[in-house]
Amino acid sequence: MSIGSRFPKSDGAVKADGSGVYTDDIALPRMLHAKILRSPHAHARIRSIDVSAAESHPGVVATLVGAEMPAKYGVIPWTQDETALAVTKVRHVGDAVACVAALDERTADEVLRLIRVDYEVLPAVLTPEDALEHPEIKVNERAKVGNITKHVHLQFGEVDEAVASAAAVVRETYRYAGSTHTPIEPHCAVARVDADGNLTLWSSTQIPHYVHREVSRVLGLSEAKVRVIQPLLGGAFGGKSDPFALEFCVAKLAIKTGRPVKILYTREEVFYAHRGRHPMKMDLTVALDAQGRIAAVDNDILIDGGAYASFGLVTAYYAGQLLTGPYRFGTYRFDSYRMYTNKPPCGPKRGHGSVQPRFAFEVALDEAAEKLRLDPMEVRRRNFIGEFVETVNGQRITSNGFLKCLELVEQASGWKERHGKLGRGRGLGVAGSMYISGTAYPVYPNEMPQSGVLVKLDRSGRVAIFSGASDIGQGVNTLLCQIAAEEMHCDPRDVTVVAADTDLTPVDLGAYSSRVTYMLGHAAREACQKLAAKLQAAGGATFAEACQRAEAAEGVPLAATGGYRTQKLGGDYRGGTIGASPAYSFTAHVAEVSVDEETGIWKVERIWAAHDCGRALNPTLVEGQIEGSVYMGAAEAQMEEMVYDQRGLLFGPSLLDYRIPTSMDTPDLDSYIVESHDPGGPYGAKEAGEGPLHPAIPAIANAIHDACGIRIRELPFYPQRILKLLRERDSRGEERAAS
Amino acid sequence: MRPSAVIRLRVNGEEHALAVPAQRTLLEALRYDLALTGSKQGCDKGDCGACTVLARPRGAPGRGEAILSCITLAQDAQDLDIVTIEGLAGPAGLDPIQRAFADCGALQCGFCQPGMMLSARALLDKNPKPTLPQIQEALSGNLCRCTGYTQIYEAVEVAAGMRVPRQRAPVRSERAAPSDSKAQAVKEIVP
Repeated sequence: MSIGSRFPKSDGAVKADGSGVYTDDIALPRMLHAKILRSPHAHARIRSIDVSAAESHPGVVATLVGAEMPAKYGVIPWTQDETALAVTKVRHVGDAVACVAALDERTADEVLRLIRVDYEVLPAVLTPEDALEHPEIKVNERAKVGNITKHVHLQFGEVDEAVASAAAVVRETYRYAGSTHTPIEPHCAVARVDADGNLTLWSSTQIPHYVHREVSRVLGLSEAKVRVIQPLLGGAFGGKSDPFALEFCVAKLAIKTGRPVKILYTREEVFYAHRGRHPMKMDLTVALDAQGRIAAVDNDILIDGGAYASFGLVTAYYAGQLLTGPYRFGTYRFDSYRMYTNKPPCGPKRGHGSVQPRFAFEVALDEAAEKLRLDPMEVRRRNFIGEFVETVNGQRITSNGFLKCLELVEQASGWKERHGKLGRGRGLGVAGSMYISGTAYPVYPNEMPQSGVLVKLDRSGRVAIFSGASDIGQGVNTLLCQIAAEEMHCDPRDVTVVAADTDLTPVDLGAYSSRVTYMLGHAAREACQKLAAKLQAAGGATFAEACQRAEAAEGVPLAATGGYRTQKLGGDYRGGTIGASPAYSFTAHVAEVSVDEETGIWKVERIWAAHDCGRALNPTLVEGQIEGSVYMGAAEAQMEEMVYDQRGLLFGPSLLDYRIPTSMDTPDLDSYIVESHDPGGPYGAKEAGEGPLHPAIPAIANAIHDACGIRIRELPFYPQRILKLLRERDSRGEERAAS
Repeated sequence: MRPSAVIRLRVNGEEHALAVPAQRTLLEALRYDLALTGSKQGCDKGDCGACTVLARPRGAPGRGEAILSCITLAQDAQDLDIVTIEGLAGPAGLDPIQRAFADCGALQCGFCQPGMMLSARALLDKNPKPTLPQIQEALSGNLCRCTGYTQIYEAVEVAAGMRVPRQRAPVRSERAAPSDSKAQAVKEIVP
């Protein structure tokens, strides 16, 4: 059987031999290179822009300013608040201001300094607290009130009463630092306009469909005249799920010049494009009853959003809505503010919106359990919400393999023998989580399929699958080959996948919110099953013969389509559909750390991660998703942070100064796949790409507590922060000894 | 941009004469002048390793050491024999490193991997049976953002003939009720 096998990736060979074509590998005849001028100010009004000196420079072919593309855009239709290039104001250091196309990249780069921008520098707000305190400094005019992108307040049950009668209450402030995706491929886009006015845009995007819509709209073109193609993509993690300045600029410049135009972001520009993890300050209360059951959770969340909304409306909901499993909450309340600030915009980084509150909650749960002298493993088991149940906020949970996840990491880590017994400086910590398998609703309301697939059979026995989904490295094109083989009994190596080309492929909404396996899987399965029925009726000794006989019987070429739409889901209240998913994945981690109490220097030794993905359609790919997620979570705990100075200048926007873990910094990772066989998922599958990130951070924090008795509540867990907590612990101990 | 010099490069066993500006990096010469786009630009300042190629003095045996082509000037590479990812496969097909990276799931987005595979090749050429710490050290100049490195180590060990790809089976979870169904008035849903 093809499903469940470790079939090697269908694009493995072209990625192995260097022949695979990524966006920057595209070179077209007469192609120009463009560069974007960026703001040196965090907040300033643009009085004027003079491009005349740049325009007359030898080698320059065209320039572009914001007034030529003034329409606002944004992935979420209700919060469109960006322009391709700044029109009246710049809102963060690095905001895009003007663009130059030249015969070569170096000329374009050098000519940027000839553009004269007259700025009126404005006061800036750089923290969400300042943004609240200074509504008169308006970062983004879209905000109806002050600098608030979105405020969400939801309550389920009598929270205050439950807290008042609880046996153990933890009330603490947790701070999550902003981090960014740093895919190794920088953003790149190439555009070409043909003689009939058809625009083709190649882009390193994980959302070709939304880019198609937004580029058409902003440039005032019919969507039928715009074609977006996503070539091989060198990593995304949510960092390529907005339209970006470069896509609009190459498209507009291609129209202006009649020549192909390319923009490749520098690594520094990738940092300023950002859309990474939102910094959050969380004032969290977790209350347990005497049996250790979760009586109440109450979270006040202040979210630092940066200069534009991006997916921020969703972030403000996800920060609360996705916390309500795998444990049952007796009562729950959250209050979240997503604030505009004069910094590069935050957005959806792997585990969008829910990684931060998950850290806070799992650490608080550990602390509350400690007050009741309950084992951290036991308190999680005791609060398990079960399967086929509704959460306190009205989300429908189907299959739930969380208990098996806990059991596996408990055994693998030797928890019973080792937790609390490893001596000074070494410890184990546990945490759990849940995540969505796709969001139940498309970001713009419509009744069309969220994912579509077209399958065509050739007389030769070759199968062609046309899929709008984005393979961003997670291996979705490989899954399509496996699904074809599973349903039609063809050789998975005889499948051609034509993907992510808006002229050729049915729409898929994109590689975000862990939706692809679930939704595309259903669509592909449906199309392949339709053809399998015809092949079976036709018979034949080989697959090719069956194709020929079926085609003869039908009298038309053999092709079929499949599509997927979610059923109506979610709570019956305003915002109840946000966080609603056809299925949820579950994860448990145990982390082992060592801490040097003299210096505060610590190390994650190992993380055991067990993840319920419903069914592993390809275990090798699922293990890759689990391990990549755990690595990325551990990295946020260890070292990653977007740091700005008081003028909004990003400190060290390079892969040297913004540290990401090398092979020497990454802990040993041990991944386990749990299969709960979800009745709604394709072949029982749920998601694997984002859920497994969440528990890494709190598991590490809880392990640090086991190692040396301190509770770290602020990311990253820099050694100096650990050392400070160790000294506070020691002085508390001395006070106790003295009294 | 006016070319300022004619330089000679030897890449994957082929001689090239190129007219390039003095500041042309080896990576630019490979990608833009020779269309060897398998070498990737991730940072253009020597931080990420995606541009790694192998280099040795001309005529020296073997394939050479891993170097960063984005911080090497093309004109300074004239005395070298360069191997890029396009030169790693032989007449018999993919190099065992390439095969193992594909088989072990080490190629997710694939963008860092040409450099990674060349660093791994340089390691195995020198040390055919490396320990895990030796692998980690040899690959520490190549950043990967997808894999968490585990499947990469596995691929290097598979290529070295030290192990087979992972075969751990998924674990089935049984249907499970809430831990405390009486106390928890949960709304049940029919599967």
